[in-house]
Amino acid sequence: MKISVCIGSSCHLKGSRQVVEKLQQLIRENGLGDKVELSGNFCLGRCQEGVCVTVDGEFHSLSPETVGEFFTNNVLAKA
Amino acid sequence: MRKFDTKVQHLKYKVLREVARLAWNDKLLDEVMNIPKMIVPGDTPTLRCCVYKERAIVEERIKLAMGGDKSNPNVIEVLDIACDECPVGGYVVTDSCRGCLAHRCEEVCPRNAITYDDNHVAHIDKTKCINCGKCANACQYSAIVNRVRPCERACKIKAISPTRETHAASIDNSKCIACGACVYQCPFGAIMDKSFILDAIDAIKKSKNNTEYKVFAVVAPSISSQFTYAKLGQVIAGLKELGFYTVVEAALGADMVADAESRELVEKGFLTSSCCPGFVSYIEKAFPAMLPYVSHNLSPMAAISKYIKEHESPCKVVFIGPCTAKKAEVQKEGVREYVDVALTFEELQALFDSRDIDITALQEDVLDNASYFGRIFARSGGLSDAVAQGIKEHGDTDFELKAVPCDGIEACRVALLKKSKNLLDGNFIEGMACTGGCIGGAGCLTHGEKNKAEVDKYGREAYEKSITDAIALLK
Repeated sequence: MKISVCIGSSCHLKGSRQVVEKLQQLIRENGLGDKVELSGNFCLGRCQEGVCVTVDGEFHSLSPETVGEFFTNNVLAKA
Repeated sequence: MRKFDTKVQHLKYKVLREVARLAWNDKLLDEVMNIPKMIVPGDTPTLRCCVYKERAIVEERIKLAMGGDKSNPNVIEVLDIACDECPVGGYVVTDSCRGCLAHRCEEVCPRNAITYDDNHVAHIDKTKCINCGKCANACQYSAIVNRVRPCERACKIKAISPTRETHAASIDNSKCIACGACVYQCPFGAIMDKSFILDAIDAIKKSKNNTEYKVFAVVAPSISSQFTYAKLGQVIAGLKELGFYTVVEAALGADMVADAESRELVEKGFLTSSCCPGFVSYIEKAFPAMLPYVSHNLSPMAAISKYIKEHESPCKVVFIGPCTAKKAEVQKEGVREYVDVALTFEELQALFDSRDIDITALQEDVLDNASYFGRIFARSGGLSDAVAQGIKEHGDTDFELKAVPCDGIEACRVALLKKSKNLLDGNFIEGMACTGGCIGGAGCLTHGEKNKAEVDKYGREAYEKSITDAIALLK
């Protein structure tokens, strides 16, 4: 599974690093390091909806507060 | 509202703007020959002896704006007919000579080149004079001056000299590091950097609004001291208005470099920096024995562009900065794969105006990818501070950093000479070819005392305060 987090300026200012750190932590805690590839990209063209995240190309709008919920529903459930 | 330091820059900009304007509208081939008359209208000369010479020089500038002489590998070129062939007098006695009794000038001259006329006024015999300058230092009236061409004075590595036949300036490509000092200093605008704006325009147009591929603008952190008539956020908005998909800070590449270079330094014990293409080129050409010490890291521009190319393909990357030497760097193997075009801030201003984009009327966009440390690379000493921070963040507390920040190519030369004789008290040479660092670059619109403070201010505004945080996802 490939998760890509936008680290473009707009998403960065909305907390993309915090999102990344929480995802890294959750991936570690759930032992999914082998199954999930986490990477950064610059701008998905939907800055208003940032922090922009894609899971295997599927778009999700996150904030640092919603990472846990996102992880349970979209990563744990599918991994 | 000051856009440029000099009228030379303004003239160069007008040519770039008109070439770009035609290129956007696909009219370049048909109408390029109208540009000289548009820029030099009427029949009263304002710059040279006649309008025909003025137009002929504009034609030469158009060639440079369209990429210049393909057979010349150097990105810096002399416009022979624009060179005013300034006199090359060397040391001469001026009319300030008071015909004193002391004759100190005569006493210090090692070649007995000084004689006196009936009024006791000194004269220098040019057949004997070796231009050592001792007489000028000895004269208490400062009556002896050294007449040096501005281009030669600007070129601290002595790569420019008059040709024997025409006396026009000529660049020794085996020495030139493409720093652009002569470009900025020549009062007649007779030396110019080749422009690749047409490649940038082509990349944007063929992307079909970023649908065929995405066009990224990577901007150097020295942008914070430029376009001072507008807000930085408006410059970013302007770039997107021009057709760039998005804008990324080269300073994020600087964070990556600071992280990697501080590890490399601890491992090897001695390094010279690889960020400044002028400095690296100087080592290649003047101190080849020092090449093993050059950091193996890519420059910040190349590092971030590599990341973009690897994660955002298909895409093209256009670097925009203060630097003419970057135009040479992007032609090198190992860099040209990542950066498609290098532009200067001067050229960006021409691009904005070629599309009549008034950036002051645009809503502010945001630019924030890098940390404080990545951003301060733009000024002398910043790289050393960032490497010190990198060492601290890695917890390599046993390693004592002794950085030698070299501000300008003369300081670089001194440090490299010392190191080659094993006399250097330091383990990291930060080499910056331009005085002040990148903010002193020849491709800047303006150069000012406040620029360093602007860079530091921009650094402090960074959302990320540490290098590790800024590059959290770039491993």
